[in-house]
Amino acid sequence: MLSLIVVLPFLSALFLGGLYLSRPQLQNSFIYTAVGIASPAISAILSFVVLLRMFADGNTVYETLFQWIDIGSFQIAVAFMADRLSVVMISFITLIGTLIHIYAAGYMRGDPCYGKFFSYFNLFMGSMLLLVLADNPVMMFVGWELVGLSSYLLIGFYHQDHANITAANKAFILNRVGDFGFIIAIALLFVSLEGSGFTFDAIAANISTLSTEQLTLIGLLLFVGAMGKSAQIPLYVWLPDAMAGPTPVSALIHAATMVTAGVYMVARYSFLYVEIPDVGLFIAYIGAASALFAALMATFESDIKKILAYSTMSQLGYMFIAVGLGAYSSGIFHVFTHAFFKALLFMGAGAVIIALHHEQNIFKMGALKKALPVVYVSMFIATLAISGIPPFAGFFSKDAILMAAFSSEHYDIWAVGLFTAFLTAFYMFRLLFSVFFAEGSKERTLQELPGSMTRPMLFLALGSATVGFLGLNEAFGGHSWFQHFLSLPDVVHEVSHSQEYMLAALSVAVALMGMGLSYRMFAHNPQAAKSDQWLKTLIIKKFYVDELYDVMLVKPLLLLSRLIATVIDPKIVDALIMGLSKSYLLMGRGFARLQTGRVGDYALQILIGVSLMSTYILFKLGMM
Amino acid sequence: MTPEPFFFLAALLFSIALVGVVSRRNLFVIYMSIELMLTSTSLVLVIFSKVLGSADGSVMALLMIAVIAAEAALFLAMIIHLYRRNRTLDSEMCDELKQEANNA
Repeated sequence: MLSLIVVLPFLSALFLGGLYLSRPQLQNSFIYTAVGIASPAISAILSFVVLLRMFADGNTVYETLFQWIDIGSFQIAVAFMADRLSVVMISFITLIGTLIHIYAAGYMRGDPCYGKFFSYFNLFMGSMLLLVLADNPVMMFVGWELVGLSSYLLIGFYHQDHANITAANKAFILNRVGDFGFIIAIALLFVSLEGSGFTFDAIAANISTLSTEQLTLIGLLLFVGAMGKSAQIPLYVWLPDAMAGPTPVSALIHAATMVTAGVYMVARYSFLYVEIPDVGLFIAYIGAASALFAALMATFESDIKKILAYSTMSQLGYMFIAVGLGAYSSGIFHVFTHAFFKALLFMGAGAVIIALHHEQNIFKMGALKKALPVVYVSMFIATLAISGIPPFAGFFSKDAILMAAFSSEHYDIWAVGLFTAFLTAFYMFRLLFSVFFAEGSKERTLQELPGSMTRPMLFLALGSATVGFLGLNEAFGGHSWFQHFLSLPDVVHEVSHSQEYMLAALSVAVALMGMGLSYRMFAHNPQAAKSDQWLKTLIIKKFYVDELYDVMLVKPLLLLSRLIATVIDPKIVDALIMGLSKSYLLMGRGFARLQTGRVGDYALQILIGVSLMSTYILFKLGMM
Repeated sequence: MTPEPFFFLAALLFSIALVGVVSRRNLFVIYMSIELMLTSTSLVLVIFSKVLGSADGSVMALLMIAVIAAEAALFLAMIIHLYRRNRTLDSEMCDELKQEANNA
């Protein structure tokens, strides 16, 4: 059954791709929609069956498809494993993925590449499921790479525009940088385990045979992979550019798949990271820095999708704070709740963009409250959820993370997290107020939104409002059910309930402050931020990181390739080869001159040759 | 009587013939030079036959005369044929197998 969950989206991607290639004139056909949505839907149903079984007996499910590599102790099977962590992941990935597929059917309606889109989309789902259900690091890497590939295909979906290609390349190349860390880590892990099995279970059982130095190196390199995929400092620059793809793609990348892969990976290797708390702390600091950095950039951004992109990066920072500090289940809990409201936010953004005929600047929108009530309500709920206002989902998960930071006595991380929470509320409500409240132009015609777009949004709005209760902790009268179900090796610090109440109150107060501030600034007459101060300019220009990378990496690389192309290759390599062939030519010309065609000359040559030979023979015989 | 002058004569004949082959362009002259070479070799054979007191060399020389006669018939036929084709007896004109100078 597990293999069916993974294989089904791949098969339908293949089928749709084949259909699209063989029947290009078949546009917007029912079959694309039916097959494209059916495969994730069936995967979702199967995932829930697995989840229910897990509830019943709690046993990890294994399934081997076939033996892939069989070289001595290097045994890699195409095998799947569903333990508590991965079953939770696939459940919400397939559920939200299916909703996004339904939404995409409405969003992409009328696109000439409708079939291609669904083929890529299913490929994306399949890759992510492969990554999550993989039973060994190698299969996980295969899924990891496939996710990278399909994100590349989808970001560059509108490939007629050169800017989109650049964005897709950027995403792909930066992910390669991360993957290089990941693959070295896997290789190191294999070598240092000395062939005692290479499934996650076997690695977890033998992890104590590794020295701390080995673990540290492996942990750091794995995290390099996570940085690339989950858009953390310094490998995040692809994320805002990835908005070049269609909006459902952004929803899928940011909510259910791809970016959460890094967090999942760290949680998957939690048995490794509990041994090396110092690396964990490093991860937490990177997460905190990314959270703050992204929130600052989001505060001054005016493209609706880019704001959401930065907010994803910021929320991913929270998740890494959690997994870095050993609160793995809180991190995964945030992944889970975040998937709901971030998918919803992107769907809302897409709906607004479609309704306004592809306008993306939030300051050119405004006054959509009456016109798009469904979008307005669901976006409002999602914004409340991401800002951490109780009782919406984001509050509980974010609170759990801040609590983990506070209770582990990393007050600096906690303070950054709290400030980021304030910024989050500020920029998210800035978006909401600018788009829905502020005055907008009167004489515009909104495009009708199909029901396939609005209905998934309502469903997700319900989810965003309620899924937080799954992880309600003891202080709020729950039992941290979600976290207990995951049963990851969490590092637990005891905190009194009164402290918890105080922290929760503080974060709510901070969120409300951010909300209030943005209401004052943006509810009536929103203005795009002007770069009148150097600090503002710095943030609006995104800290010049793109430019920095350009100067530090791209320019030297171009210079080097130009040097090779203009000097080393033509002047040295080519010169050598051409010189060689030219010398043969010259030699040939020299010999050709002997072939005069005059009989007399040949006779002379024979004469000379015979004379030389006879002289030699005479000399040899000793007669001269 | 020493055989050296005869050897010298044979060498001289051969050298003259050789110079003729190399330097002259008229096919007839070349032909005659080749005949001269053959003659000089026959002469060497005869001299050795005399010096060594054996008939072998003389027999060989007689055989050679027969061969030369046959060869002369062939040669003349070829020369006539070439003349009919080229309307000249210049050996420079027979250069169909020559390597062209610049297509290397």
